[in-house]
Amino acid sequence: MKGTNLGEFEELVLLTIAALVNDAYSVAICDELEKNTGRAAKLGVVHAVLNRLEEKGLVKSKLGEATNTRGGKRKRYYAVTSAGKAALLKAKEVRDNLWSMIPGMALKNI
Amino acid sequence: MINQKNKPPRLAEKFLSWYCKPELLEDLQGDLYEYFQRNVKTRGVVRAKLIYIIDVIKFMRLYTLRKPEFVNTLMNWIMLSSYVKTSARSIRRSPLFSSINIIGLAISMTVGLVMIAVLTDISSFDTFHTNRKEIYRVISRYDYQGNQDNNYMATTSLRAAKLIEESVAATNGIAILRRDFEGDFTAGTKTIPLQGYQTNPGLFQLFSFRLLKGNPVTALKEPFSLVFTESAATKLFGDDEPVGKVVKFRNRDYTVTGILEDVPHFSHMRFEVLGSLSTRETNKEQLKEDSKWDNIWNAWVYLRLPPGTDLQTITTTFDRISAKEDSTVKETHIELDLQPLGEIMAGTDDLGNQIGPVIGNLTLWIFGGLTFVVLLSAGFNYTNLSIARSLRRTREVGIRKVIGAMKSHVMSQFIVEAVLIALIAVGFAIVLFLLVKPLFIGIEPEIQQIFKLELTPVLLLYFIGFALLIGLSAGFFPALFFSSINAIEVLKRWYPVKGLGKLTLRKALIVFQYTISIIFITCTVIGYKQYKNYVGFDLGFKTENVLNISLQGNKAELLKKGLSELPEVTGISQSAMVTSIGNFWGTPVKHISNLQDSSWMAYNYIDEHYLDLHHHKLLAGRNFNPLPDSATESEVLVNEQILKKYNIPNPIQALDETLVVNGKELRIVGVLENFVYGRSNDANQKKEILFRYSKTNVHILNVRIESTDLIGTVAKIEQLWKELDPVHPFEAKFYNEQIEEAFSGLRASVNVAAVLAVLAIGIASLGLLGMVVFTTETRLKEISIRKVLGAKEVLLLFLMSKNFILMLAIAAAIALPLTYLLFEQVAFPQMANHAPLGIIDMLVGVSCIILIALILIATQSWKVARANPSQVLKSE
Repeated sequence: MKGTNLGEFEELVLLTIAALVNDAYSVAICDELEKNTGRAAKLGVVHAVLNRLEEKGLVKSKLGEATNTRGGKRKRYYAVTSAGKAALLKAKEVRDNLWSMIPGMALKNI
Repeated sequence: MINQKNKPPRLAEKFLSWYCKPELLEDLQGDLYEYFQRNVKTRGVVRAKLIYIIDVIKFMRLYTLRKPEFVNTLMNWIMLSSYVKTSARSIRRSPLFSSINIIGLAISMTVGLVMIAVLTDISSFDTFHTNRKEIYRVISRYDYQGNQDNNYMATTSLRAAKLIEESVAATNGIAILRRDFEGDFTAGTKTIPLQGYQTNPGLFQLFSFRLLKGNPVTALKEPFSLVFTESAATKLFGDDEPVGKVVKFRNRDYTVTGILEDVPHFSHMRFEVLGSLSTRETNKEQLKEDSKWDNIWNAWVYLRLPPGTDLQTITTTFDRISAKEDSTVKETHIELDLQPLGEIMAGTDDLGNQIGPVIGNLTLWIFGGLTFVVLLSAGFNYTNLSIARSLRRTREVGIRKVIGAMKSHVMSQFIVEAVLIALIAVGFAIVLFLLVKPLFIGIEPEIQQIFKLELTPVLLLYFIGFALLIGLSAGFFPALFFSSINAIEVLKRWYPVKGLGKLTLRKALIVFQYTISIIFITCTVIGYKQYKNYVGFDLGFKTENVLNISLQGNKAELLKKGLSELPEVTGISQSAMVTSIGNFWGTPVKHISNLQDSSWMAYNYIDEHYLDLHHHKLLAGRNFNPLPDSATESEVLVNEQILKKYNIPNPIQALDETLVVNGKELRIVGVLENFVYGRSNDANQKKEILFRYSKTNVHILNVRIESTDLIGTVAKIEQLWKELDPVHPFEAKFYNEQIEEAFSGLRASVNVAAVLAVLAIGIASLGLLGMVVFTTETRLKEISIRKVLGAKEVLLLFLMSKNFILMLAIAAAIALPLTYLLFEQVAFPQMANHAPLGIIDMLVGVSCIILIALILIATQSWKVARANPSQVLKSE
């Protein structure tokens, strides 16, 4: 099913939301992604992903206080839901499993 | 703070909020704004703006797009009943304003309804003809010695009809109606006067007049056959079968060959009897007359051209016919043209020789324009009062918006309110319309002939549609205004924002209304003065107490004998026509010394008593001597103007000169002072006029009456008439009445202007009343404080009314010069012998209006100025 699988970028966004804890809104997420991945995160792309994640029920959002920096518009804060947490854990588990299957010497010689 | 320059491009922002889902919008706007500010710092304003625009476009994705608002529209419908309810409440809550709006709209809508009914009636003319779109009338223009007539004649010559029938191959039939088939028709012992035409069988082929009995192809084919309408036949024959009977008309026997259904009311031609045109061919004299190319005054000719016919080719054929036929007449050119059937009733109204009454499109445009102005004025009242009352309603709108009403909801609410008021108003207007209808139809006899103004279901539907339209347009501006209110601002402040006032607009509307009112009333006053001037114009002879009786074929001597026995009758004369009421009889006249120079002069036949009875002044010579009926005509009376024409220095020398009048040599026996022959408003008053003597051509009896009871005397004369002639109704009118009738058009215009003036003033006054009530009420507190501080009541009165008085002054300052220019530049150049424009005439109307307005303002202001300040301040 669509909802169970996470894309690579989706996973990154989801992780960033979790990492930012109480300050996870679109612009902050973009900035954090850029900082950690070193690649440019376009606002439009991030928005679309956030929208998709919310549709899948992996994140939830609420509107915060209006601030002057946003021209009087409110921020939309995102938080990971339990389904999101489960998806993240599952993805981590898959990776951990795969990592553990690689013999110690196998990657050293590449 | 962020200055104006550092704001994102507005257009892009608007675009975003247009396409974006409302639930995502705020978030997106915020994000873009944050980025924008960042970009301004790092890359400069211009690039930041560019990026913003690009981002807005990039955000257009499936998930951000707004869905079409079916739900919203549905919601609006559901809300409709709620709107109606709240509107009804708001109407009830402020009865004064609602009634001002409703009365104003109802009055102006009545005018609108009359206009709609008039247009409906006009558009239903001639619609019963199945071929109506393909029928054209041949019209002609007369050109003598290069002097082209300004106007076409609706008539043409029978010769032209014949040639067109032969040459225009595309013709699907031609209908010819010749006038002068009217008078007394006798069947057995019964005689009734009927009106009709001589026509060809083509009439039934072209038009959809239904023949109830008889064969449409043959009924009017043979000479001396005729067809009656159903009601005429019933009058003449009662229940007997009319077809096949013989009827006497002008001493000839005609056979009835058919019965027509009565001509519908909405037909531009009306008749009770039709005779066969071929009858004319049996009479040599008539045949000769009919073959003349320049005899264009007596026949109406209609063609049917199949759809798709190139009218150009038809007119080219006409031009060819003209070119050929012009050679048969001297120095005359006759131009033919086509006029579609649909344009006869409401086309150009300057066509001469119409077959029946028509209403010109100029009249319609003027009437329509005035109606529009009156409606506009009432619409302004609504807009003005609604916005003025915004003070009370803004908070209502604010709360609605806070609860969740969108702009469109507020708009619908106010539009529904306006439509509701318009619908209530149209209810009153329909009642008023029914009351006004008989008055309107009675303005002029011609109007009575044309219009019915029947309230049919279709018309009712038009009326309701009209009310909806008025409601929508009157409510649009207030709706726009209220829906753009900012809820938070309105609710936070105790008093609404000053921008709400739109004071200049409201003032402009009031000034406009008063300008219109002043123009209307001034025009009415001036128009009435002109009418009085023309009716009482010094014609050069006396018309008071002269009763003109049409003899209608009776022997003058018999009636004269009866009349002379009445003590009230002080004089009797006879004439062929009545002058000074717009009729012209012309005849060619030459001076004996120069037979080449022929000119048309106006004339009248009179008897030897005519001059004395009418107090005509003789400058030289004598009156006619009484002569026996059989005597040959040998004498003529001329007016002064003729002396100028033939260069005769003084009246005495004119005597015994000989004129050749229509081929007869007549000796001048007397010279009369100039007098008005046509109408007192004719531009060319200096006319050469002849009086000729006749005992046989004089069919009008001029009776001078000296009596304190004129009506009683006329009744006595009518009694005499009835004994003498039981068939024809008594036709007599006082000379002065006839002159008034000659100016009935002007009188009708003045009446219409007067009605409109009253309406415009009424509506403007209602609007002013509303505004005054409103302003005084809102200033109640201010006035009270002023009073407590020691202001005098008179000064307060001045304080409150000065603004309104200023507005009235501005209105007068605009309206008076406009009216002055209208008359001096447009109307007067076309009106000969008009009365001069007096200052008093200009000011009468204005002072009336200002007086009414002042009373309105003063009573309201006085009420407020007199209010007890302690009470006002305590209760507020």
